[in-house]
Amino acid sequence: MQIYLPIAEASIDIFLLLLLGGGVGFLSGLFGVGGGFLMTPLLIFIGIPPAVAVGSGAAQNIASSISGVVAHMRKGNVDFRMGGVLLAGGIVGSTLGVQIFAVLRSLGQVEFFISIAYVVVLGIVGGLMLIETVNTLRKRWQNKRSGAAPVRRKLHEHIWLHGLPLKMRFPHSKLYISALAPFGIGAIVGMLSALLGVGGGFIMVPAMIYLLGMPTVVVIGTSLFQIVFVSANVTYLQAWQVQTVDIALAVLLLIGGVVGAQFGARFGAKLRGESLRGLLALIVLSVAIKLFVDLVIPPEDVYSIVVRTAETPAP
Amino acid sequence: MKRILLLLGLLCAALAPQQARAQALVADLSSHLIAITAGFAGTELLLFGATEGEGDVVVLVRGPDSDVAVRRKARVAGIWLNTETLSFANVPSYYRVASSKPLDEIVTPALRQRHQIGSDFLRLTPSRDADAIALAAFRAGLVRNKEKLGLYDPEPGRVAFLGPRLFRTRIVFPASVPTGAYTVEVLLVQNGQVIAAQSTPMFVSKIGVGAEIYDFAHVHAAWYGLIAILIAVIAGWSAGLIFRKS
Repeated sequence: MQIYLPIAEASIDIFLLLLLGGGVGFLSGLFGVGGGFLMTPLLIFIGIPPAVAVGSGAAQNIASSISGVVAHMRKGNVDFRMGGVLLAGGIVGSTLGVQIFAVLRSLGQVEFFISIAYVVVLGIVGGLMLIETVNTLRKRWQNKRSGAAPVRRKLHEHIWLHGLPLKMRFPHSKLYISALAPFGIGAIVGMLSALLGVGGGFIMVPAMIYLLGMPTVVVIGTSLFQIVFVSANVTYLQAWQVQTVDIALAVLLLIGGVVGAQFGARFGAKLRGESLRGLLALIVLSVAIKLFVDLVIPPEDVYSIVVRTAETPAP
Repeated sequence: MKRILLLLGLLCAALAPQQARAQALVADLSSHLIAITAGFAGTELLLFGATEGEGDVVVLVRGPDSDVAVRRKARVAGIWLNTETLSFANVPSYYRVASSKPLDEIVTPALRQRHQIGSDFLRLTPSRDADAIALAAFRAGLVRNKEKLGLYDPEPGRVAFLGPRLFRTRIVFPASVPTGAYTVEVLLVQNGQVIAAQSTPMFVSKIGVGAEIYDFAHVHAAWYGLIAILIAVIAGWSAGLIFRKS
């Protein structure tokens, strides 16, 4: 059954959208990530204009993160002070990102930029995750052989990032570090959110653990807290400035997404942490490789067209 | 002065040969409105009509004109990216030709030029000067992309004659058909000359919820953004509640 998406101006099979939402939702439930990094490329692949895929993806990120935030808030797992600083950075980064997006759109380089940014970001994140997994597995195998107890990691290490000016106390996270560090991380993630339609949890969570040294228990709740507000900012700005938020598309993806996420979470409980991480690393890397190959192989047609309607005058 | 002109006009009309006037060709569409609703997945219209006397029929369907930027990719450091752009004005967003006989048998290139019969004969205006070869390549790229979207037809359609007088043809519109005012032109061609022509308007508009969402998103963009956030929050929250209980 076809449905005509009003903003994307494309007619897409409704079951395909539900299936896509369900599939990505399953993976996000399985791995505990938002799944935006899979959703945006897949939407572009099925014929949604890239700008609409990014804008609607942001709206869907709000929806898929909101109930998580509320649950974590009830359990007291949100560091509001840290979240606030991350959010301030996120608002600055995402606002800047939306402007960059508009410029790229007028230059005709949006598709290229989205692809290359995905290749770089997913390549790095996927690669690091894979290395980490391989190291863990190797260490465990060595420990099993030698019978030594696993080495305990320190609570957190002080790195140069923490020593920057504007030191601030974050009692909930038991940290006394420069506010510029979370602000900068928030800004980078916010910019990626605006440019790529991702929530950015897959970057923020490792950054919070390894760079900021936050306790794991508050990391997920705090990152979701930031994601909800940054995604809301992206949704608002994209809708206002370039009219690329298709709410019908977002809601359809969400319906598939919440159902898929439930199954994913149940299935994920049966898998071990390292296998999960290894699997996610492989998925992330294969998306990056697919996008990279598309950039390198000769296109089917070197000519492409963009219709400039009456409302958007040619630059 | 006006009265004299009117008189002159009437005189001319009276002197014109009777059979070559409006009645030489009559045509109409099965519908003059294509409504894009939530379930729209493309449609087709039937154009039918009758001719008086001998001749071949050429049907031209044109969607509203737009400006189109054509971009060419080139390999830069091993990666394919858009490097050159050429814009064209007066590009019909939708364009179809159908004829009762192969076009080169019934119309001369000069006539095709004048009436813009066939996508090679569309008068597209490039935004800047470019050498003839590049221009032709960009133009061909534009037409090829439009064909891929189903908005232009690689092969002219067929107008079928039912007996000596009656004719009909189908006009296909894909799901991505642009909205706006269309013109359907029917030409009666005899010995390489257009002896009668009729133009019929047709409209493609978005109807229903989808149209309202689109209008709202473009007219009240800021409000649309806020409402989109609200819908996302409510949808996400209620989905969370449903699954927590079960």
